[in-house]
Amino acid sequence: MNGARELKISSIRNGTVIDHIGNGLALEVLRILDIGSLSKDSTVSVAIHVRSQRMGWKDIVKVENMELSPQKVNAIALISPTATISIIRDYRVREKRAVDLPDRLIGLLRCPNPNCISNCEESVESEFEVVRRRPLVLRCAYCERELEDVLFHLARP
Amino acid sequence: MSLRGRDLISIRDLSREEILEILIAARRWIPVAEGRRASEALQGRLLALAFFEPSTRTRLSFETAMQRLGGRVITIADPTSSSVAKGESLADTVRMLSSYGDALVIRHPNEGASRLAARVSDKPVINAGDGAGQHPTQTLLDLATIDEHFGTLSGLRVILMGDLRYGRTVHSLARALCLFGSELVLHSPPSLRMPDEVVRELGEAGVRVREEPDLRRALKDADVLYVTRIQKERFGDLAEYARISGSYRFDPALLSEVKERFIVMHPLPRVAEIPPEVDSSPHAAYFRQAFLAVPVRMALLSLILGGRLSKKGGRSL
Repeated sequence: MNGARELKISSIRNGTVIDHIGNGLALEVLRILDIGSLSKDSTVSVAIHVRSQRMGWKDIVKVENMELSPQKVNAIALISPTATISIIRDYRVREKRAVDLPDRLIGLLRCPNPNCISNCEESVESEFEVVRRRPLVLRCAYCERELEDVLFHLARP
Repeated sequence: MSLRGRDLISIRDLSREEILEILIAARRWIPVAEGRRASEALQGRLLALAFFEPSTRTRLSFETAMQRLGGRVITIADPTSSSVAKGESLADTVRMLSSYGDALVIRHPNEGASRLAARVSDKPVINAGDGAGQHPTQTLLDLATIDEHFGTLSGLRVILMGDLRYGRTVHSLARALCLFGSELVLHSPPSLRMPDEVVRELGEAGVRVREEPDLRRALKDADVLYVTRIQKERFGDLAEYARISGSYRFDPALLSEVKERFIVMHPLPRVAEIPPEVDSSPHAAYFRQAFLAVPVRMALLSLILGGRLSKKGGRSL
């Protein structure tokens, strides 16, 4: 990051920076992170519509004192495959990686088919197969219905 | 890959070669299905049938197939009289049944129920229809009917007519025909067109698919007309249902213009889509199609459950 951008979002001592989020999707990322469940000492910084050389425009989310579970990383990969995740410890980037969508997504989405068994039996977790990555095509592993609107069908944390 | 011990939930679970293996085996079982020969191929085997919604021909043809093979069946035919009515989960019912039988056949009103059953069952599960979803054994018997009549599944022109949106049999049949290089012609009311995702998938698989609003024109070069019932429950407005279902009735007069080997198929039950005058025509294949349900299901059960001959001459189970 250059100096000007650092002024917009202050650096964090420990936590996670989610960068290169698709423009306008930061609020969806916050929903995935379940911000309401964080303790008060986790400062959350959000930047929307940030200039990016690679993407034109992007969003950034920084969360103090939190590292993401694999499930949350998968959910972010689902809505924004361009995102990168940096783990910060003692103000330093300890690990930086691009998100990677697994071949199967379990418990992340609700099936759009109300008559699907995954919506009718309590004990069944939803499961989707990634049929294609670009453009993203997901198919329910139970009823085989394809999912079009990923954002709308994200399971609430 | 052997079918022994495998589940059959969707037609996607089968390769082209496996479908052909089932059809070849089905042909061999025809004399036994007709009662001209007897078989003890599955003696000592028990098939559990769990039908959570009503069915006549699917349930009876599975029971017939198993019994013709010398096996036995246990059946839940009325879920209101079983523990399901007490609120038992599907998963628990399936676990119980799979501990009794050697394989499980399931029909359920929810899409994906058979896939769930296959995950919790330690015995093979065969999907006998899940909601508006998959019904792979229907597809196999549809293919068997076409294959028996034409001696091939390739290079044919197949018209799919009626409810192409909700009709589960046409989606599976279209996908299966994909594997064999037949051409599809779609003839349906605009509100009941084939879903885009299915059309796209067929196109990607290299199948020639086109819509044809004029049935007379479609019939000229067609080999098969596959008719499905337009279901009343899909319409909020009964007048609209009457109008659409009335215009998607097969006119027997059209048979004078078809190819000599042309056949009309229907998964049955039919309501008014095919008038009874067609029944006596050499082009009517739907009763043969209904009969082939038995040898096709015999083939499937024998391949999934078949035991090997032991050295002592008896079968090891």
